[in-house]
Amino acid sequence: MDKRVANAIALTALWVSALTTVAILAAVILYVFVNGISQLSLEFIFTWPHGVNSEGGVWPTIVSTLYVTALAMLIVTPVAVLAAVYLAEYAVQGRLVGMIRFAADSLASVPSIVMGLFGLALFVEAMGIGFSMLSAAMALSFLMLPIVMRTTEEAIRAVPKYIRWGAYGLGATKWQTVSRSVLPAAMPRIITGIILATGRAVGETAVVIYTMGQAINLPLTPLDSGRPMTVHLYLLAMEGINLPAAYGSALLLMIMILAFNLGARYFLRRSSRRT
Amino acid sequence: MSNDSQDRLERPASESGAGSLRLMSRTTYFKELVLENLFLLCAFVAVAGVVLIFAFVGVRGWPVFVEIGLWNFLSGSEWSATSGEFGILAPIYGSVVVMAGALILGTPLAVGTAIFLSEIASPRVRGIVRPAVELLAGIPSVIFGFFGLLILRPIVARMTDGLGFGAITGWIILAIMIVPTVATLSEDALRSIHPGIREASYAMGATTWQTIRRVLVPAAKIGIIDAIILGMGRAIGETMAVLMVLGNAPWIPGSFSEPIATLTTQIVMDMPYASGMHRTALFGMAIILFAVSMLLVAAVRMLSRLQTAITGER
Repeated sequence: MDKRVANAIALTALWVSALTTVAILAAVILYVFVNGISQLSLEFIFTWPHGVNSEGGVWPTIVSTLYVTALAMLIVTPVAVLAAVYLAEYAVQGRLVGMIRFAADSLASVPSIVMGLFGLALFVEAMGIGFSMLSAAMALSFLMLPIVMRTTEEAIRAVPKYIRWGAYGLGATKWQTVSRSVLPAAMPRIITGIILATGRAVGETAVVIYTMGQAINLPLTPLDSGRPMTVHLYLLAMEGINLPAAYGSALLLMIMILAFNLGARYFLRRSSRRT
Repeated sequence: MSNDSQDRLERPASESGAGSLRLMSRTTYFKELVLENLFLLCAFVAVAGVVLIFAFVGVRGWPVFVEIGLWNFLSGSEWSATSGEFGILAPIYGSVVVMAGALILGTPLAVGTAIFLSEIASPRVRGIVRPAVELLAGIPSVIFGFFGLLILRPIVARMTDGLGFGAITGWIILAIMIVPTVATLSEDALRSIHPGIREASYAMGATTWQTIRRVLVPAAKIGIIDAIILGMGRAIGETMAVLMVLGNAPWIPGSFSEPIATLTTQIVMDMPYASGMHRTALFGMAIILFAVSMLLVAAVRMLSRLQTAITGER
């Protein structure tokens, strides 16, 4: 075969695979939007489900999801950012750092169901916290930890060396250099990483189902249980008695995820234009 | 990329014996030392997480390995809570079949997309495809499951004259779900190839495809294999999406269009009512899932060490 013909065929195949990927994304998003849009109303968002979930809205599930996500973000951010500071600024390549990196990679690939059972065994049962926002948030924060650690470390490493030299040259200590020069310079990318990890937590199902419970409840304190949107959607879809509400929940969930992802992207672009 | 020696904490003047030159006061020195160890502690939370998962899931699941025996647990084909038989051969078979099919379908799509992004796409096209791949990674698995249950399942059902619950539907959904993982990592591998290698190939009159096939893919081979291994991990660990489309029958089915269970779906199905040894067996399955995912991560690290040994780079 002529090499130009082979080239044309191969390039077409590559175009097709890329377009297929985009088309799949478009199909999933469109499907959820088209079917869900007629369900969305203020009433659907702000009322409680009643009957056997066959009528009503999804308000408590939205609150549960936002509650647990915010709590998980508060728990994970300081630990993950400081851990990344250690890895990027302080650590010397060695066995200890190798172990930390291996552990972070392992955490990143833990199946979510295993994380769920772990949360059940440790937080819900062994520590006696019970099905609660706090248990779910702690289990989620282990899931988010490696993501925030990796993005933060990359953000810190991307800060040019001369910014550090400038600070050292003025007589700053290590911590002064990191906290006053390096972290502010890396901040937009760190925040983007946190937003992306948070988006991941919003969509998580198997972890929260075993740590938060499934009871429909409006959580007030961190020790209250609840039912997050993902679990609500799963139950609605499998019961099949109220598909319109399932479509509505799926759309709300999708809008939240898109908001997190596009928000992170917009934030990063805006801050990189400014500097 | 390790830090330079200048980045280490300087010792206070009195200890370093520099005499008159005071680099920092003793208080500052101790403050810096405390902070450094605090950060180390934070980094160690990741290690603590892995140890805690092994400890707490392990303690719950360990009795099943002692009382039934690891081999009987893995090779037993009977899973029945009522008769107390806990063999997980069927869910293992399910996990392997579903993962393999998803990889066969998803890998070409993902690697093709990665090659497209790194070699063919103009910046403008790339600006559309790349965010799409990243968005695909962000879509929750329960939404993929929902999509699979209501759109794919009826189509598969019509084609196979069955219910549509089974490995085939699972393959398609999982193939879609591993595309972002494999595509992003493969693209990174392709992009990290030195541009001079590409230029050399083009300068010899090679077409784009010849360059891709003979030069770039071989050069990025280990990175692409890494990506596929991590995609494998994602496929084995995926729970909600497959749960909604597999039908979850705890035995080895006669065909790919009949209900099938995987390790992950078996845990979710049985967890609500399991107690005693049944519950222990579910935790035992979770340990096995965790061990497999860690083995895959270890394999990726071994491979990248191998690459460093071969090329002396990275």
